Amino acid sequence: MAYLQILVNGVVLGALYTCLAVGFSLVWGVLNIINMLHGSLIILGGYLTFFAWHGFGIHPLVALPVVALVLFAIGYLTQLLLINRVVSEPVLTTLTLTFGLDLILYNFMTVYYTATPRRVTLDLGVVEISGIVMPVDRLLAMTLALLLTGILYVVLRGSRIGRAIVAVRMDRDAAALMGIRVDRIYAITFGIGALMAGATGAVFAMMYPITTNLTTTFLGKAFVVCVIGGLGSVQGALVGGIVLGVVESLAGQMVGPQHALTVGFALMLLLLLVKPTGLTGIRGYE
Amino acid sequence: MISRRWPYFLFAIWILALGSTPLWAGNYVVRLAITIAMFTGLTLSWNFIGGFTGYPSFSTAAFFGLGSYVGALAQRAGVPMVFAWALATLLVGLFAAALGGILLRLRGHYFAIGSIGVVEVVRLLIASWGSFTGGGDGLNVPFVAGGPDVVARIFLAAMVGIMVAVFATTVGVDRSRLGFGLRCIQQNEDAADMVGINTTIYKIAAYTLSALFCGTIGAAYASWTGYIDPNESFSILMTIKVPVMCLLGGSGTRFGPVIGAAAFTLLEEFFWANFLDYNRAILGAVIVVLIFFLPGGLLRMPYRGLGTRIGRPWVQPKAAA
Repeated sequence: MAYLQILVNGVVLGALYTCLAVGFSLVWGVLNIINMLHGSLIILGGYLTFFAWHGFGIHPLVALPVVALVLFAIGYLTQLLLINRVVSEPVLTTLTLTFGLDLILYNFMTVYYTATPRRVTLDLGVVEISGIVMPVDRLLAMTLALLLTGILYVVLRGSRIGRAIVAVRMDRDAAALMGIRVDRIYAITFGIGALMAGATGAVFAMMYPITTNLTTTFLGKAFVVCVIGGLGSVQGALVGGIVLGVVESLAGQMVGPQHALTVGFALMLLLLLVKPTGLTGIRGYE
Repeated sequence: MISRRWPYFLFAIWILALGSTPLWAGNYVVRLAITIAMFTGLTLSWNFIGGFTGYPSFSTAAFFGLGSYVGALAQRAGVPMVFAWALATLLVGLFAAALGGILLRLRGHYFAIGSIGVVEVVRLLIASWGSFTGGGDGLNVPFVAGGPDVVARIFLAAMVGIMVAVFATTVGVDRSRLGFGLRCIQQNEDAADMVGINTTIYKIAAYTLSALFCGTIGAAYASWTGYIDPNESFSILMTIKVPVMCLLGGSGTRFGPVIGAAAFTLLEEFFWANFLDYNRAILGAVIVVLIFFLPGGLLRMPYRGLGTRIGRPWVQPKAAA
C-alpha cells in the first residue's frame, strides 16, 4: 500500500510537471528556441496569484485566468518586439538572449518581492480513499493542471490558430505561402507558452511556497520533461511529466529525497543519448 | 605586416599591464586583474568548442567546478599545490574526452540542453556525496602561506600564466590542420565529414581542449579563495557568462575572447560597485544589447551601419535554423 501511495503522489506531481513543461515544449518545438525565461514566468504567475489573494482577497481560482492573460500579453509582446528579431539565429544567440531577459525579470522580482517564500493557504482538508491520503488542494491542483493541458491540446487540434501553429511547426515556408503570418504565429505561440507558465505558477502557489530561488529548478524540470517525453507535443509533455513525477517519487523513497533531482537529470541524459526524440517519439502536433 | 602584428603587441602590453598591477595599484585592482585573467582563460577555452567548432556548449561550469574539487581534494590529501593543479587538468581533460565521445553525437538544441544537464548532474552528485566532498557545506582548502600581498602575487602570476598558455594553444590550433578542420565543421559538418575530416575525433579534441584549462583554472581558483561549495563552483550564471564574454568580443577569433572577457569583467565590476540591487538586470540588459547590436562581437562591429541597425524597428524573421 505504501507503494500505491508513492505512485499516486508521483502522478499528482507528474500532472504538475506536464503543465509546467508543455508551454516550454511548445515554444521549443515551434520557434526552435530554448526559453530560459520559462522558470521566471512561472514564478511571476505565482506571485501575481499570491498578491491577488493576499492583498485583495481574490480567490486563486478567480485570479488564475486573469494572471494567465496578463502573462500571455507579456509573452506576446516579448516575442513580437524582441525575440522575433533573432528567431532564426543559431541556438547560442536565442538562448543567450532569453537568458539575458531572464536575468532582468529575475532581478526585478527579487527586488520587489524579495526571496521570501509565499504560499496561498486554502485549507481544504484531506481526503482518504482506501488508505491513500491526499490533500484536497493537491487534487485540485492536479485537476487544474490536467484541465489546462487538455485545453491547450484542444486549442491546438481544433482552432484555426492552433492549426496555424501546427502548420508553422511542420513547415514554416509552406505555412507562409498559405497566407499564415509567421511572425504573428511566433508571437502567439510564445504568448501561449507564457500563459501556460503563468497558470502553472498560479496552481503551484496553491500547493507550495513560491520563491524566486525556484526559477532554475522549474526550468530544469521543463528540460527534463521535454527530453523524456519528446519535444513539441502535448502528449510528449504528458508522458514526460508523469514519468518524471513517478520516477522522482520512487527515487525519493528508495535512495533518499536528496537524490531525486539527480535521478531525473541522469534519466534525461540517458534518454538524450539513446532516444533523442523522447519516449513517445512523436515529432509534431499531428 | 605591421597591421597583422599589432594585435599581438597590444596583447603583450595587456599581459604586462595585468601582471604588473601589484607594482602600481592596490589589492583591489590586483584582485580584479586576477579575475580578468581567470575569465580570459575560461573564455579562450570555450572558444575552441563554441567559437571554432560552433557547438553551443554550456558545460564550462562543469569543468571549472570539477577542476576546483579535484584540486581541493588533492591538496587536502597532501599533494603539493602545483601538482594538484596538474592532476585537476589531467582528470578534467579525461572526463571531457569521455563525455565528448557520448555528448557530441547530439547537435544544436539537444547538445545545448545535454551540456547544461551535465553541469547539473555533476553539481548534484558532488552536493549529495557529503562524506567525500563535504556536500553542501563546501570544502576548505589549505591556505598559501605568506600574507595577502604574496598570495595575490602568486595567484596573479598563475592566472596570467594560464591565460597566456591558453592563448598560445589557441594560436597553435588556429594555424594547424585541427583549427582548419574545426572551422570546416562549424561551416557544414556533413560536408566536412564528406571531404575526409574525421569529425568525431576533431570534435572530441575541441571539447577536450575547451575543458583542459578550465580544470587548471578551477583548481587554481580553489587554492586562491581557500573555500569552495557546489553552488558557487557549478553556477548556471558562470556557464552562460563565459559564452557571453566570447560573443561580446567575437567568437572564433584569436583576440575576441581576450577583449570580451576583459570588457565584460570590467563592466560587471562597475555595475556591482554602483548598482548593487540591479546588477543582474543590468547584466541582462548588456546581453540583450549585445545580441541585437553587436552580433559579431566588438571585433566585427559594423561601425558604419550602426545607425541604420538601431533605426530599423522590425525585422522579418528568416527561416528557422
